[in-house]
Amino acid sequence: MVTVNHPPLAGGQRGVDENATFAKHFRHSTPIAVLGNGEMQIRHPADSRVIAGIVALAAIALLIGGAFVGLILEGARDPSGAASAFDSYLFRVARFTLWQALLSTLLSVVPALLVARALSRHPRFFGRDLILQLFAVPLALPAIVAALGILALYGRAGYFAGVLTAIGGQGWPGIYGLSGILVAHAFFNLPLATRLFLEALGTVPADQWRLASQLGMGARPAFRLIEWPTLRAALPGVAGLVFMLCITSFTIVLTLGGGPRATTLEVAIYQALRFDFDPARAVTLTLLQIVLTFIVVLALMRLGANTVGDANLPVAPRRYLSPSIVETVLNAALIVLALLFVAGPMAATVTSGLGADLGRLAGESAVRQATLTSAVLALLAALLSVALSLSLVMARRALALNHRIGAKTLLEHATDTGAGFVLVVPPIVIGAGWFLLLRTVSDVFAIAPVMVVTVNAVMAMPFAIRAIRPGYDAASERHERLCLLLGITGWNRFRLVDWPSLRRPLATGFAFAMALSLGDLGVIALFGSDSLQTLPYLLLARMGSYRTMDAAGLALLLGLVCLALVLAASWLGRREKS
Amino acid sequence: MPGKLPLAPHLGRAYVSKRSNGVLDAIFADQLRGNDANPLNLIRLVPAEGLDVSENPTPQFLSMRTKEAPMRTFLYPLVSAILLAASVLAGTWPASAQEKLTVYTYESFTADWGPGPAVKKAFEAECGCTLDFVAVADGVALLNRVRLEGAATKADIVLGLDTNLTAEAKATGLFSPHGAVIDVNVPGGWSDDIFVPFDYGYFAVVYDTEKLKNPPKSLKELVEGNADEKIVIQDPRTSTPGLGLLLWVRSVYGDKAPEAWAKLKAKVLTVTPGWSEAYGLFTKGEAPMVLSYTTSPAYHMVAENTERYQAASFEEGEYLQIEVAGITTSGAKNPLAEQFMAFMTGPKFQDVIPETNWMFPAGKTDKPLNPAFDKLVKPTKTLMFSPEEVAANRKAWVDEWLSVMSK
Repeated sequence: MVTVNHPPLAGGQRGVDENATFAKHFRHSTPIAVLGNGEMQIRHPADSRVIAGIVALAAIALLIGGAFVGLILEGARDPSGAASAFDSYLFRVARFTLWQALLSTLLSVVPALLVARALSRHPRFFGRDLILQLFAVPLALPAIVAALGILALYGRAGYFAGVLTAIGGQGWPGIYGLSGILVAHAFFNLPLATRLFLEALGTVPADQWRLASQLGMGARPAFRLIEWPTLRAALPGVAGLVFMLCITSFTIVLTLGGGPRATTLEVAIYQALRFDFDPARAVTLTLLQIVLTFIVVLALMRLGANTVGDANLPVAPRRYLSPSIVETVLNAALIVLALLFVAGPMAATVTSGLGADLGRLAGESAVRQATLTSAVLALLAALLSVALSLSLVMARRALALNHRIGAKTLLEHATDTGAGFVLVVPPIVIGAGWFLLLRTVSDVFAIAPVMVVTVNAVMAMPFAIRAIRPGYDAASERHERLCLLLGITGWNRFRLVDWPSLRRPLATGFAFAMALSLGDLGVIALFGSDSLQTLPYLLLARMGSYRTMDAAGLALLLGLVCLALVLAASWLGRREKS
Repeated sequence: MPGKLPLAPHLGRAYVSKRSNGVLDAIFADQLRGNDANPLNLIRLVPAEGLDVSENPTPQFLSMRTKEAPMRTFLYPLVSAILLAASVLAGTWPASAQEKLTVYTYESFTADWGPGPAVKKAFEAECGCTLDFVAVADGVALLNRVRLEGAATKADIVLGLDTNLTAEAKATGLFSPHGAVIDVNVPGGWSDDIFVPFDYGYFAVVYDTEKLKNPPKSLKELVEGNADEKIVIQDPRTSTPGLGLLLWVRSVYGDKAPEAWAKLKAKVLTVTPGWSEAYGLFTKGEAPMVLSYTTSPAYHMVAENTERYQAASFEEGEYLQIEVAGITTSGAKNPLAEQFMAFMTGPKFQDVIPETNWMFPAGKTDKPLNPAFDKLVKPTKTLMFSPEEVAANRKAWVDEWLSVMSK
């Protein structure tokens, strides 16, 4: 078998050899220098990619900065709230916020590592694609829907309550408290982290697997030598993202936390802006949240490792994986467990949704309009998000090539992890800040759709970046020299060189961004009105006026819309076949 | 397979081998087009996406064509999606009218099932103008929206604040006194020169008759009762009913309120950010009791035809919530604003309220109330702090609540 499939290896090697010869030839006439260790340094004074990244960064900075300016201008009238924010209560809240976020991150990321590895060891089995698409759905569920889904299983009146009561002897108290928060956060973030890790594992060149197979490497050394370095490189980014999502958790923490002991900084920020209308305090608390996150993310970075990319072409015809039977069984068990954990609450949501009068709901013009608005806003936000993320990823890569040797510059850091920090700025802060800033110049209702799309796009960016970056960096490692040699830059480079290898990661990023924007309630709650209603907004409105069954039906509809859009995105992202 | 390639016989076997990696095929393609230096062909030496590693690889020669315009399949749907989006968004922007009144209110007021549509129809018939509702999430969001917009607000009237918010609303200086003498009927009477009530209700503990046979008969029983009978309450930091319960306990227990909360804490299943979450948990069966309104059972009786959910009547009395509307300073210039305030307290508006907003009417009605409302708990005593007392003590009381509940 192997020998029959060999010709591409020879051809591929020729291609690489030719590259090397070319490089030798042009050493003095092109802006590329091949260093002794095979690394290259590219001296491009103004790479268009860096400019794209700077533009994207500027847009984000404008969005966040503008909001802060608006709030600070208003807060400057009465800055006393900023100082009074620091009391023992705040200290307690900050401690709990960090504690629950760290635990949640640990409980989401570690299982996700195992599940992602299991999935990558079995690249083809029935239903694998569907599992991966299902894993994007929790992101689109509003927190309260997910919380109700989880409680339908593990709550006091949940499906498992009878079993758990029998085991425990007395009445099952439900999972209220820290455990409830952790379960809910794992439900949201485990699938997310799994998909991101899987995306990273996908960048391992097939040749390495072939080599491993030729050397007769077992599962353990293969993990240590091939998978773990890749996973470790992706770890800080993914863990940081999950941490940011958990630190800003709000509805989950309050609803499942069992009381005000479980309070996050986000709640305090919300309270400061909503009930007390104290912009100074809100800004102070937001800054505190950013600083705390910064410290943790910095610590997480130390966990990671920078792997040296593989500049060779993947020439092995396919990945040679041969998991043993024991491993296969273990992997299957792992995947099934993860699937049950994620699909359980979703199934509960579907079941309660089916009880609603779906026919009537589907016939309502408000529902149809909201579905359309949701889909359109999510699509636009995802497009913008992917464009911004791609610019940042490209800029980071270009900068990294410039600075292979030596310390990272500030700009590189900004394009790398800095942009992710938008996640810890609560939407209510961005919304209120821009409101204050714009109220004199423009009609805030007229720009509401623009704000919803922009804020959602920026909020979804950290997800999209995580999805795109491994793919782009790997592709760049392979194509950078060739593009320089042939002088392919700009649009042509994107269309001909980057696009084919970025199709899939872009589709993944797109799907995540879309799911996130679909489920958004933070931004729409501020900018939504009767002329701009999305599905989650409508869902909450129904819940808020006794129509619990309608809300359950809408949750089902929202999940279906999300699944449909995610499937469409992955279908578009699939590599063309003949 | 080789046979499928049109020119294969001319080139001999070597050129069409299944995996020639494009090298020779590429040269062939150049000859075909007559442009040897086309960089696109050089790309094919090193296909950007790597080699086709599937089981049945597409012959290089065939796959060239599709890869030259790889974006087309993606681009067209995207472009059409953007165009569609633009048209949808353009359609949602409201058209401007000449004579109109803009009323800011909360979401459930303007919903299809809320009082909004009927009110709009009746008022527009009366004034010959356009009545525009702008809805935000809830009463607190309403005040914030006006506060954020400041004096430049588009609102002529803000409808849907409650008495716990009116002191702060007045302090913003964004509201203007109503001129006319208003004839309203709310428990405890009404005198306020700025805000006019349009409905009212009482906070109450609503319970599930299937789960709870002996509901508490007083706040004291609730506080000191069996800790296994759980209740879901709302957070006073983020929600109006949550603040309502805080004030209720305070008005019954006075300075002993922290001790009461310390006892009640054992019965609290969880504290949700808003009413919706709490009521959702309650109807899901997570807890047999929830903090809601005395009028909640009326909804279940009228709309769902069930008497399963009932409000508990408390000896100490129930805490009152009055919902009000006020004219903004910019709205004071609009003559329609005064007209709307008079309309609001009249029968055409008030008749709609009970079965759409599920609150008691605060003005004269033409129709009698639905008999379901007669079955509801009638408070023996009405409890309420003045807006000024609430505004002065809210922060201290909430902090006190926090310190007890987070122990």
